[in-house]
This record gives sequence, C-alpha cells and structure tokens, in this order.
Amino acid sequence: MPRVGEDLRQYLQAEAMPHVWCPGCGHGQVARGLATALDRLALPLEQLVLVGGIGCSGRTPFYFNANAMHTTHGRALAFATGLKLTRPGLTVITTMGDGDTAAIGGNHFIHACRRNIDITAIVFNNGIYGMTGGQQAPTTPRGARSVTTPLGSIEPAFDIVQLALAAGATYVARSTTFDFDELPTLIVDAVRHPGFAVVEVLTQCPTYYGRLNELGDAVAMLDYERDLTLPQHAITKEGLAGRRPLGVFRREVAPEYTAQYAELCARQAKAS
Amino acid sequence: MKLIQGNEACALGAMQAGCRFFAGYPITPATEIMEWMARLLPPEHGVFIQMEDEIAALAAVIGASWGGAKAMTATSGPGFSLMQEHVGYAAMTETPCVIVDSQRGGPSTGLPTLPAQGDVMQARWGSHGDRAAIVLTASTVRDVYEVTVAAFNLSETYRLPVVLLLDATLSHMRENVELPALPVVNRCPPSGADFQPFAGPGFQAFGDGPPIVVTGLAHAASGRPRASDGPNLDRMLRRSIARIEEADDVRRYRGTALEDAEHLILAYGITARSAAGAVELLRREGVRAGLLELQTLWPFPERLVRDLAEQVEDVVVAELNLGQLVLPVRAAVGGAAPVRHLGRADGTLFSPEEIAAAVHTAGDREVARA
Repeated sequence: MPRVGEDLRQYLQAEAMPHVWCPGCGHGQVARGLATALDRLALPLEQLVLVGGIGCSGRTPFYFNANAMHTTHGRALAFATGLKLTRPGLTVITTMGDGDTAAIGGNHFIHACRRNIDITAIVFNNGIYGMTGGQQAPTTPRGARSVTTPLGSIEPAFDIVQLALAAGATYVARSTTFDFDELPTLIVDAVRHPGFAVVEVLTQCPTYYGRLNELGDAVAMLDYERDLTLPQHAITKEGLAGRRPLGVFRREVAPEYTAQYAELCARQAKAS
Repeated sequence: MKLIQGNEACALGAMQAGCRFFAGYPITPATEIMEWMARLLPPEHGVFIQMEDEIAALAAVIGASWGGAKAMTATSGPGFSLMQEHVGYAAMTETPCVIVDSQRGGPSTGLPTLPAQGDVMQARWGSHGDRAAIVLTASTVRDVYEVTVAAFNLSETYRLPVVLLLDATLSHMRENVELPALPVVNRCPPSGADFQPFAGPGFQAFGDGPPIVVTGLAHAASGRPRASDGPNLDRMLRRSIARIEEADDVRRYRGTALEDAEHLILAYGITARSAAGAVELLRREGVRAGLLELQTLWPFPERLVRDLAEQVEDVVVAELNLGQLVLPVRAAVGGAAPVRHLGRADGTLFSPEEIAAAVHTAGDREVARA
C-alpha cells in the first residue's frame, strides 16, 4: 500500500502539468505506481532515464523529474538499448503502449526480450489506440469494438505476457490499475532484476474503449479489470475460466547483455 | 602504405574520429563496415551491436549519442529508406551521429551488388518535414577515410546527423593508401549555470548533469515539448538551416583544370574518377575541360557552381541516376550556361570516353534540352 501522506511530488515535474491524459484514464495510476516505486528504490533521479514511445503512455517521461527521452512510435526499446550499452550505470525504464509494444514495435520488443539487456519495460495496455482516437490495437479482444472495428474485432489479441515469455524475457509480470497497491512492488522488482524485465499493466481507457464497448465510467472499468483477471494465488482447480492471470510469471537470472559485453571487451583487451 | 577496401577505410576513419558506438544490420554492399567495426571497437571499449533492423540500428545510435558516445551506422539504399524516420528524429533532437549509405541500384531491392548514385535526393529530403542536412561523398579509398573523419567532425560541430554516401564500387574497391592522424572535433560540453540543452552547440549526455528532456516533438531550448507552437518550430528550423548554409567549413570540393576551363564537368563520388579521365582525354585533344568534384552535396554549393558556370561555355553533370543533383545545378546555373545531364541507372560506371563525348555535344541546344 502507498503510505498515507506519502509525498510523491518530488518525483513529478510540475512544469509539465497539466498532463495530456483524459479524466479517468488509468495512465495516471500507472504513473503513480512508478513514482511510488522510485520512492522505494531511492535512485538518484539524474541517473535514471525514462524512455517513452508514442501515444498516451509515451508522454509519461515528461511528467517525471528524471531524464526523459520521448522517442518514436514503437521504438523506445531500440533507443534504450543504445543508451544502456553506452552507459550501463544508468537505470533505464521504458514506458510504452500496447500498440508501441505489440504492433509497430513488435520486432524491437521481442529482440529486447531475447537479448536480456538490463532495461525495464512498463507496458500500458488499454486495448486500444487512445491518442489517435480509439482505433483497434493488437491487444483489442476479439469481438470488441473500436472506431476501426465498428462491428467488433475479428482478430485474436496478443497476450503480451505470453509474447515476452516466448521471446525470452527473464522477468515477466502483469498487474492492473485496479491492483494499484501491487504495481509499485512489481516495478521495484523489475528494476532490481538484472536483465530485461517486462511489467504489463492493464489500464482503463474510459474515453474510447469504455465508451465504444459500453463498459461505463472509469470506476466501472476498474471493476471490469478486476473481473477480467485473476491473481495467480487465487487460481483454483477450475483454472482461469477465461480470466487473465496476474503476478510474476518468470524471474530467472541469465547472462545479461551489458555485463557480457564488458567481459568480452576485457577479454579482448587482455589478449592484445 | 596499406592496401585496403573502401569500406575498411570508412571503419578506420570512424575509429580515428573517435567513434565508439556502432549499431547496424547486414546489407550489401555496406556490410564490411559493420564487420570491421565489430573487430575494431571492443579493444577500445567501444560498443558494437547488430540490431534487429535498420530502424533499430539508427535508434540505438541516437540513444548512444545521448549517452555521450560518437556513434555511427552503415547501410545501403533499402536500409537507408527504413532509417528515414530516425534521420528526422536525429535532426529534431540535434543529435550528432553519422550514417553511411553505400549506394546500390534501386528502387527497392534493385541491383544489390551494382553501384548507383540514386540516394542523393533521399539523403537530403528522405525524412518528412524541413531540416538542415549535411551530405558528403567520396571518390577514392583515401578520400573515404578522410571524409568519414570530416563527417564526424561536422556532426559534432553542428549537432546534426551527417550522411556519407558511398557506392558499391567504392565500398569494395581496394587502393594503396596512407592513413594519417587527422584533426578530430569533440563534442562541445555544456556550460553556464543556466545551460539549456537545445540552445546552441553545448551538449549534455544523460547522467552527466541534472535531468534533461529529449523529444521528437517541437520543443523549447529547455527540451520541453512545444507541440502546438508553430512559430517556435519555424524559427528553430530556420536557425538550424542558416547555420550550415552560412558555415565556411561544410562545403568540400576539389577542382581540376578549372583555371582556363571552357567546359565544366560536374561530378561526385565514383563518377568523379571517370570525369577526371574525361578531362585528361579532352585536354589531350586540345579541348579546355575542367572538373568540379563535389564532396559535399548538401548544403549545395550554389554560389560556387554559379560562378564557375559564368566562366564556361557549357556544363555537363554526370551521375549514376536519372537526374538528381542536376536539379540544384540547373537552379544555380540559371541561364549562365547550357547544362547537359548524363545519367544512367543500369549499375554501370561511366567510361571517361562517354563523359568526354557528352562534353563534345554539350553546347548543342537540342541535346541540352533532351
């Protein structure tokens, strides 16, 4: 639980307010989760770089008092990879949307998972393209409406956790904006993990996804998130029954990219 | 003296210039640059990484540059097309970096192993929107080395992505060369208590000072987005373009037999070598021909071309495309002299004889219009 009276303002950039997010948007809750995590991690903010993609989630770095790199659509991880390799001492966290991660940046995402470079990817998944006005995303569930699937989507959705697991990410977790007290714990975990870490957060978009699919307001959508998911410890012998599991799916220590690269350089320098 | 390939000269030039980060994706005919960087960087504690595609390669280069490293990528036409998104990002974020494009026949997969000069306009205008662009080229293995160093120096001085255009022949050609140490320009450090990351040459990498903001959105000198402030962006672009237009160290060229020339041949890259041969042939015949070899294609040296055109009877522009650099040449020359274009897109170099023949007929108005 966030502590009562906890002051997270020191992590936020007042100059960048007001933010672009709609009333009721879940992204503010994810940002709060990140700020709480930063408070617990006690990192020097000048040694932290938040790298954003494009879309509502991509704006997140602007609102923090850390270094912010707002990149291109889908490619935050490719920028972050070059930066982290050059400055392994920096803490690098990407904020990307579901379109960033699984559509236009799908290639960068799977390769970042495969390389196991020490970057934390926070994936804001609201199942829709918010900034451009409610188009179908690769995470839009089959049957769901968007402005480009007015009759309901006929495509199966990507499961970002499964995608990350299959591609080799060494830390993979999922949470929701309903589980706001668990999210900072997962982010702290992910940042401390010595390798590539993915935290998918299901977040509500009442403006588009909620309205187009008649899910009600932001509070009603939080209930919808609760009913759509199941913490792993609550899974019974009946199984998931169509719900999405939450929690940590993998935490595995494997050779990390920048550490391996440093070893390789040291070996070559010694040989010559 | 060392017998080396154009692509190796490029890698050695990059190392000389202080390049300590390379990200790339394999592509003919540029791949050897990447292979050399994979060998040369680790002993210097520089970073080499093979990325998942060219889009990611240039993104990683830009990320590395903001980590404080001099950074480069190398590709050919198809990869250069993919990189255009981040050429624009590097321009908008004033990121020093070098992009080498060893040109091959296009469009699309085209003629993968054959030379071309078809990316001249893409190098200038390939990314959407307006921007300042520095595009260099070279015609010998020795020049590749020197111009690669110049590309880094200009990129650091002006905080711009600098494009170096090679071609399939020059990349794979071997020549005996000397590779001297050349002057190297390093990044201007941040200065002053009220330092703004986008107010001038001063550059602060991530982690080297207070937090900074970098964005591809239009932004203020502080780096904070100004995404609806059109006049601010217009001012910023004009300032950036004017800076290189007015600079005296950007436009590189080489003149041969220009003093008494009556016929001007304008060529660049590998074609300049055929053109130099043509000047020799013509001079032997008593025809006063001279060669202007451009090493900087953009910003285009309008005044230089105009001044030379006023001294000659006609101008021949030879290039391995169907009419690209001839466009700014015609604009610069105006009515001062007829301009004949000699172009081809068949993956073949011009022979000196072909260029000499074009000079013989250049004054013919019928031909000049064709």
